[in-house]
Amino acid sequence: MSHHPGFPYLTVLILLPAAGALLAAVLPNASRVVYRLIGIVTSLAVLGFAIAVGFLLQAGNGGYQFTSHHVWAKSLGISWYVGVDGISLFLVLMAAVLFPIVLVSAKSNRDPRAFVGWMLLLEAACMGSFLSLDLILFFLFFELTLVPAYFIIGGWGYAGRAYAAIKFFVYTFFGSAFLLVGILVVAFLHQSQTGVLTFSLPALEHTHFSSTTGILLFLAFTSAFAIKAPLFPFHTWSPDAYAEAPTGGSMILAGVLAKLGTYGIIRFDLNLFPQASRTLAPLLLTLAVIGILYGAVVACAQRDMKRLIAYSSLAQIGFIALGTFAFTTQGLTGGVLLMVNHGLITAALFLLVGWIYERRHTWQVNELRGLQRPAPVLAAIFTVSMLASIGLPGLNGFVSEFLILSGTFLTHRWWAVVATLGVIFAALYLLWAYQQVFHGKPKPADEKTRDLSWAERGIIAPLIILIVVLGIYPKPVLDRITPSVNRLVDRVELVTHTHQPPVARFGTNGAEVQATVRSAP
Amino acid sequence: MSALAVVTAHSTIVLPHIRYLAILPEIVMLGGAVLLLGIASLVRRPLRVTVSTVGTIVIAGTSLGLALWQWADISSHGPYTAIDHAVVVDGFSVLITITVACAMILSALVGDGYLRREGVDGCEFHVLAMVSATGAMFMGEANDLIIVFLGLEIMSIALYVLAAMNHRRAASGEAALKYFVLGGFSSAVFIYGVALTYGATGTTNLTQIADFLSHNVIASNGVLLAGLSLLLVGFLFKVAAVPFHMWTPDVYQGAPSPVTGFMAAVAKAGGFAALLRVFVSSFGTLQSDWRPILYAVAVITLLFGAGVALVQRDVKRVLAYSSINHAGFVLLGVEAATAQGVSASLYYLFTYTFMTIGAFAVVTLLGRRGDGHHDIASYRGLAGRQPLLALAFAVLLLAQAGAPFTTGFLAKFQVVDASVNAGSVPLAVIAMVSAAIAAFFYLRIGLIMYTPVAGKGFLPGIEPLDDDEANAGPSGESETDGTGDAAPAELSAGNGQRPVWSGTEGAVVVRTQLNAELLLDTAPGEVQVLDPSEDIVEADAVDDETAAESAAEDTAKVPVPALAALAIGLCVAVTVVFGVIPAPLIDFAHKATLLFIP
Repeated sequence: MSHHPGFPYLTVLILLPAAGALLAAVLPNASRVVYRLIGIVTSLAVLGFAIAVGFLLQAGNGGYQFTSHHVWAKSLGISWYVGVDGISLFLVLMAAVLFPIVLVSAKSNRDPRAFVGWMLLLEAACMGSFLSLDLILFFLFFELTLVPAYFIIGGWGYAGRAYAAIKFFVYTFFGSAFLLVGILVVAFLHQSQTGVLTFSLPALEHTHFSSTTGILLFLAFTSAFAIKAPLFPFHTWSPDAYAEAPTGGSMILAGVLAKLGTYGIIRFDLNLFPQASRTLAPLLLTLAVIGILYGAVVACAQRDMKRLIAYSSLAQIGFIALGTFAFTTQGLTGGVLLMVNHGLITAALFLLVGWIYERRHTWQVNELRGLQRPAPVLAAIFTVSMLASIGLPGLNGFVSEFLILSGTFLTHRWWAVVATLGVIFAALYLLWAYQQVFHGKPKPADEKTRDLSWAERGIIAPLIILIVVLGIYPKPVLDRITPSVNRLVDRVELVTHTHQPPVARFGTNGAEVQATVRSAP
Repeated sequence: MSALAVVTAHSTIVLPHIRYLAILPEIVMLGGAVLLLGIASLVRRPLRVTVSTVGTIVIAGTSLGLALWQWADISSHGPYTAIDHAVVVDGFSVLITITVACAMILSALVGDGYLRREGVDGCEFHVLAMVSATGAMFMGEANDLIIVFLGLEIMSIALYVLAAMNHRRAASGEAALKYFVLGGFSSAVFIYGVALTYGATGTTNLTQIADFLSHNVIASNGVLLAGLSLLLVGFLFKVAAVPFHMWTPDVYQGAPSPVTGFMAAVAKAGGFAALLRVFVSSFGTLQSDWRPILYAVAVITLLFGAGVALVQRDVKRVLAYSSINHAGFVLLGVEAATAQGVSASLYYLFTYTFMTIGAFAVVTLLGRRGDGHHDIASYRGLAGRQPLLALAFAVLLLAQAGAPFTTGFLAKFQVVDASVNAGSVPLAVIAMVSAAIAAFFYLRIGLIMYTPVAGKGFLPGIEPLDDDEANAGPSGESETDGTGDAAPAELSAGNGQRPVWSGTEGAVVVRTQLNAELLLDTAPGEVQVLDPSEDIVEADAVDDETAAESAAEDTAKVPVPALAALAIGLCVAVTVVFGVIPAPLIDFAHKATLLFIP
């Protein structure tokens, strides 16, 4: 089941950025170019390895691949156990794409040494979180993300950065408290049932929980992930953190770190507690729908573009949770795909808003007008990103939202119906903001707004290309996500004795549809 | 056997059946201290700092070497009791001895620079510290309540004097007196507990108490439980658990910084060693009686330590409250009352020694001449001035917060693991929540170190808005503080451009929003309200004045003596290396627990 080539690709994916961070930290008094170069070269190398993993991954295999397993602390039962499957692969790739963009775009930051160091450490921690198959190892990386993120918000953020950084840190750490104890209880129960002390996810999947214990543990795990994601009503840290963080920080926070929460739900909650997940699905689905509507309504009321994107993220995370707890192949696949798409779209939006701020020193929608005339390229790229976020067919956001809504409709009809309203709201607030900022007659101050330079166009080009390509031809991605999702859905169905409607399996994986059709009499 | 007989056996130390190896580390440590003191009183002038430092390191190093020899001995021949079963040499005691010896060496390295800077000659610091260390070692080796008490007193009395060592600071003497009065009281309570326990069981020997309790069922055990509670009070005072923590913040703040680091490490190691041995092994059969008490104590210790530290602005006080929080974590291991719990506690104590001495070493350096610059504001911009020092401090603080890939995380992980396995899941959750709160104030110090003094060219196109200024706006009373710190520093930096901190609508919104940010830079007024003792506030005020006078000095680099740098480097190395490669140290603590008598 598990396929692993000799070269430890995944370990390199984690250790390479960490080594880069260390290099930046110990290199004394080099010029800022050197530090920036360390950051860019390291993150590009990581991207190269991530792409290699993407090509070498066996598409039809839903299990963990590239696994490598080394005992780390024997008496504590902790191992360096990493592996990748279709669910984590694209998150890794997405993160690997975003980090070089952040590091290239952050050229005017003060103290590039510390910025590069923290960013690379953050990349290592993100990679580690996505790739860990040992629960404690995951927890370590999950926690490790907080430290650099805290310093990036606090050190390079805007006026309210200290408050935002602390709020972010304390909220997330609070959730982790429950997560760690939950992990320990799971391992303890597993040890009492089998006599083996381990934190390995595949081994712990076979632990039996009474329904109450399962629900309590599910809640302990989910509290950490729901705060990190953030799901309504644990989202109150996120608008502050997203708004006060520097552009690069916002891109990573919303693009990558938020996905740790939703990824954690899919990877750990669903695998470890399928029964409890199923039992509590209505609760989570309801929270997701509330999040979608609440995020959209509050976004409508925002005058600050960064906060607007923050609340629209809340709605998008709601969609991811909706797809996850629909327990259909379509819904889950859409959820995983939306994690990737949302990362790309939000990063592009934050980058663009950051560039508008560099030119005009404001995020307030009211203070900007008619930017389209002096900056047509900026306006065009903004349009593409915005339309992708709304879910226009042909761009990547549509594919994932469609899969989620159709997957949810099959099993949880009314939730899907209500959630669809969120799509309309998204069009409303994003188009409204776009109209305010780009249309109309420019104010005198807006007239001389510089358009995007070629360097800036080059920086954002990868994101726009991916947004378009994933919208037109998502098949290679879906072909790799679906086997892993099917494996997960099968597991949940096996444990809970429920079945998704057969149609939910179709439409996500062309090969599988053909195979089914052929095998039919 | 009567208690008297045990005492007699101990005091007439030259008896044929004594195994000197059993107490050799203590003999060397105490003998070395006496020798050093003797030399100092024979020579005409006060002993030079170099001589005391080298002497102390040699003595403590020898003691450490002997402890390692003991380790090799018991690894091959098994643990044993000696001197009429009054002391025990097992993995547990050796680990404590090693911990204390390491603490002594590190403190001597830190103290060297401190004594030179303050111009203190003589060997008092070293001699007293070594005597205190001997006491802590005895507490780890004691197999008899009387020996526990002797160790406790030897350790404490030396610490009282050490706390008062800086006679130029009024706060120092005050702190020492407070420590002495409360400590004397707790010792009296402890010895009363010993008496009651003796009355109930007929022995003070820990092994015999355990035997007695396992073979007899006492119909009415009021006296025993009273004795047990009094013993517990005595221990909890030494380890600074709430509600017996009152002395800690004042003493930690008032004592000279290297002494504070030493005290934090050694008093905790000794106190917890005896607590673990007495309760987990001797009173193991009474678990159902004392575990609930420790459960409650652990909960309030964890939450109180973490919560109160949030509103401190003196770094030494922050670390004092954080040490209370750490005591709560070690109590988790004690409360579990299992081998796993003991092993976790030992690991915690050993690693905490390095984290705390390292942290106080940095505090010592940054205290500058006079040891007074401990306000959190004077740490601002440290990373810009001395990046390595700031990095080391950040690592040590993050380790204390339980950051991954440091020993701090593994220590917390193990005690929480033990607690979960012992069935105290809510306690484990509370501990982790308190760690979340605690992480906040460690990071606050970290963030301040990495915030430049004057926001120059912070962000493209935005006027620098400094945190101090952002706070100073609405509250007003903190204005003195903000300008006192930031303005002269900025002028001296030759920047010439005042940060704009009034005016734009956005900034006002930020300020009103940021009332919560008094957490980041508490105004002195807030401290007065929350501070339990008035005198310390006065000390604060004095510090503030000196800080204002020498604000320019605040932005100057502090000299880092080579020995202090070595100590900090060792602490960081141990914290990080064993955090990444955890097996050796964890196995050491496990093995120490396996070789546990009885």
